Amino acid sequence: MVDLIVIGAGPAGLAAALAAREAGLGKILVVEREGAPGGILNQCIHNGFGIEYFGEELTGPEYAERFWDDLQKTDIEILTETMALKVTGNAVHVLSAKGGYRILKTRSVILAMGCREKARGSIALPGDRPSGILTAGTAQRYVNIEGLAVGKRVVVLGSGDIGLIMARRMTLEGAKVLACVEIMPYSSGLTRNIVQCLNDFDIPLYLSHTITDIRGKKRLTGVTVSRVDDCLRPVPGSGIDFECDTLLLSVGLIPENELTRAAGIKMDPKTRGAVVYENTETSLPGVFACGNVLHVHDIADLVTVESQKAGRAAARHVLVGREPDSPIVSIIGGDGLLYALPQKIRTVSAEEDTTVYFRVNRIFRNATVRAAGPGGELGAFRRIHMAPGEMQRIKLSREMLQKSGGEITFIVKEENA
Amino acid sequence: MLDVAIIGCGITGAAAAYELSKYQLNIAVFERENDVSEGTTKANSAILHAGYDPKPGTLMARTNVEGVRLAAEICRDLDVPYKKTGSLVVAFSDGDLPTLRKLYDRGLQNGVPGLKILSAAQTLKMEPGLSPDIRGALYAPTAAVVNPWEYALAMAETAARNGAAMHFSCGVSGIRKTKNGFALTTPKGTFEAKTILNAAGLEADRLHEMAGEKEFTIKASKGEYYILDKEEGGRVSRVVFQCPTEQGKGVLVSPTVHGVLIVGPNAQKTQDREDLSSTAEGLGFVAEKALLTVPGLDFSKSIRNFSGLRAASDTGDFIIAESKSLKGFFNLAGIKSPGLSSAPAIAKMAAELLLKAGLNFKPKETFINRRRVVRIAGLSPREINRLAGGNPAYGRVVCRCETVTEGEILDALRGPIPPRTLDAVKRRCGAGLGRCQGGFCGPRVLEILSRELGLPPEEVFLDRDGSFIVLGDNRKEAR
Repeated sequence: MVDLIVIGAGPAGLAAALAAREAGLGKILVVEREGAPGGILNQCIHNGFGIEYFGEELTGPEYAERFWDDLQKTDIEILTETMALKVTGNAVHVLSAKGGYRILKTRSVILAMGCREKARGSIALPGDRPSGILTAGTAQRYVNIEGLAVGKRVVVLGSGDIGLIMARRMTLEGAKVLACVEIMPYSSGLTRNIVQCLNDFDIPLYLSHTITDIRGKKRLTGVTVSRVDDCLRPVPGSGIDFECDTLLLSVGLIPENELTRAAGIKMDPKTRGAVVYENTETSLPGVFACGNVLHVHDIADLVTVESQKAGRAAARHVLVGREPDSPIVSIIGGDGLLYALPQKIRTVSAEEDTTVYFRVNRIFRNATVRAAGPGGELGAFRRIHMAPGEMQRIKLSREMLQKSGGEITFIVKEENA
Repeated sequence: MLDVAIIGCGITGAAAAYELSKYQLNIAVFERENDVSEGTTKANSAILHAGYDPKPGTLMARTNVEGVRLAAEICRDLDVPYKKTGSLVVAFSDGDLPTLRKLYDRGLQNGVPGLKILSAAQTLKMEPGLSPDIRGALYAPTAAVVNPWEYALAMAETAARNGAAMHFSCGVSGIRKTKNGFALTTPKGTFEAKTILNAAGLEADRLHEMAGEKEFTIKASKGEYYILDKEEGGRVSRVVFQCPTEQGKGVLVSPTVHGVLIVGPNAQKTQDREDLSSTAEGLGFVAEKALLTVPGLDFSKSIRNFSGLRAASDTGDFIIAESKSLKGFFNLAGIKSPGLSSAPAIAKMAAELLLKAGLNFKPKETFINRRRVVRIAGLSPREINRLAGGNPAYGRVVCRCETVTEGEILDALRGPIPPRTLDAVKRRCGAGLGRCQGGFCGPRVLEILSRELGLPPEEVFLDRDGSFIVLGDNRKEAR
């Protein structure tokens, strides 16, 4: 029996395990399916990590190493090349070459499995089905980890951060990146990535465009890029043909919650992650979730902060006991929001300020985020600029929670609309 | 001199090879692609039809019911994922009800066991996910779902184990009539054969015309499909058809042996026999029709789309006969739906035709009719530990979505027809079949294939020869 099993040794898992140890927890085990800790950061060899958390710019592997170095100074045990197959309230089932199938008993669990990329089938891209169509992350692994080039003439679909980073990476590897294509009228990536990855390399960004044909019987030979109307439907006759051997997809990330769902944990269809309380605890007591498995973050630094909270909460669960019964405030993402989280706040357990994270569903300028309970408005928060690609944070005071009447709905209103 | 040259290794060629390998015959299979099931067999509804659809008296009717009966035995003997789910044809209006009756009567004539016409209430009790607007259904308990690639592979592997020679990436480019039979031109040289079984699918007419006179034309018809994630896999537990029309059997919604949901197809004539593209219109049509049957379907859970080509002939029926102009050349052609269901029966008919034509053969004294595959995902912890104790590779998970281990991939590589491509591994082991579609396991499978086959990474293909995935070493390429 251990005190805590953390599933995943990426940025979320490492930070959670360390925070649990700092909070005084004894026996901690981290389970990792890859051969080394670090998760997806290992293939993110570009810089830009750590600005918020460490106040300096690091590469992905450097960012992971900071936590790994600290972890090695502890007796936290890590099982690599070990796949978690099943989670229950008090055990994790794992499979590995070394240990076979084992059922590991534990007092708490932190889910930190990360996310996966949407593939071609998720967006029903029409056309032939040749090789040369990869998700940006898979291409990143081939290029940065395996040292293998994936193509010479490249089109990127989707302007999410991984797509932008890979547009630059492919250029640096000697490939010609012909276009970055985005169906929405705005990029879902960070502004700094648009500048540093596209503009600096003269890669054109086609906003409000999508791919309407893919050609190639064996390897990809070309794609057609068409403009879309306000309803995101391709405009006939607007197609531009590109000759290319590679199409990289950066069309969204999906939290990897198969274990979570199989454990019967309540899910939020909006985040595609677990429904959690203020301390990241899921509907299964003693099981916590953090990082991209809970909701997709835009920067690793925010994953770290959230995961430390999960680590402390797991420690408290084991050392102090379950959270006391408490009135609950539901957090609801209303008009203008994609989602908000935590979905539930126990007023007794909540700290002085509770941070609510949310994403908006389009670009807003000079807008106000309004928090309202059944009895009326609780607070208004001015924001000059908000985009779906940038996670927003708002602090709720304990007083607001107490006045809320059990439910707080967030909506966004544009000032001059 | 071969007794029989089988040309094409889809379900028909594989079933023929399996059947003939039971006899004392010198046989060889020639396939132009680099693996089994590369044509119509890899892209269809993966269903064994009960047999009420074909018009009584046709070859389709004759082979379908017999074929599904044989399939159950073959899948058991050769360890092929198979599930007898039963099927429903649903009526959406009172106008559809006579169609159900007609299918029921046809089924009786074709010898389909257990057919029943159900009321709307009975149908909805069986399948609560169906539209509440349905008016009734035809229930056929003998319909099943199968893994079509593994079905063909299992038969081809068993044929190989029993002595059939298998030639892949070995298309026949010329056929010449000789004194004792035929001479086949292939990339591996000329092969002489007493007889030929033409199981060339979409190319069957052209193959026949390499030596014989035109008798039939293959007319390709494309069908497009969605695969929805396992989260949607439980929407129905039986194969659910709509009432057939002139255009075909309509859009179906069906469970699969892999746990995902298959939705499709439409039917679109095409001149290009290699056109496996999907279209926004086609997929849109499929989604719209499928929602009539199961209104709750969530297409945002799509993990893959694909298209398949039906190899229909202009005769309207299967062609299972000796060529009129070429003695010793047998066509197994125009094998559209229910070809997957009929395959073993077509193979038995082919063997009879060969006997009647004067090819003498007796059963082999020993025929290995057994095949077993380790599939870690379905095993108990105790069984996994027994296997992983002897071979740690059974504990090394390569494909996280489907829990496929390196041990299973190595087993396939040591099998009678080793995979050479990522898709061939996917078809054998399931790695890459799941929700991430090989995003995570692709690089690892490529590495295993490269290592085990002694190929540089740039020569490991996704699917067809030439469908390379990487260019090779980064730094070398950049220079």
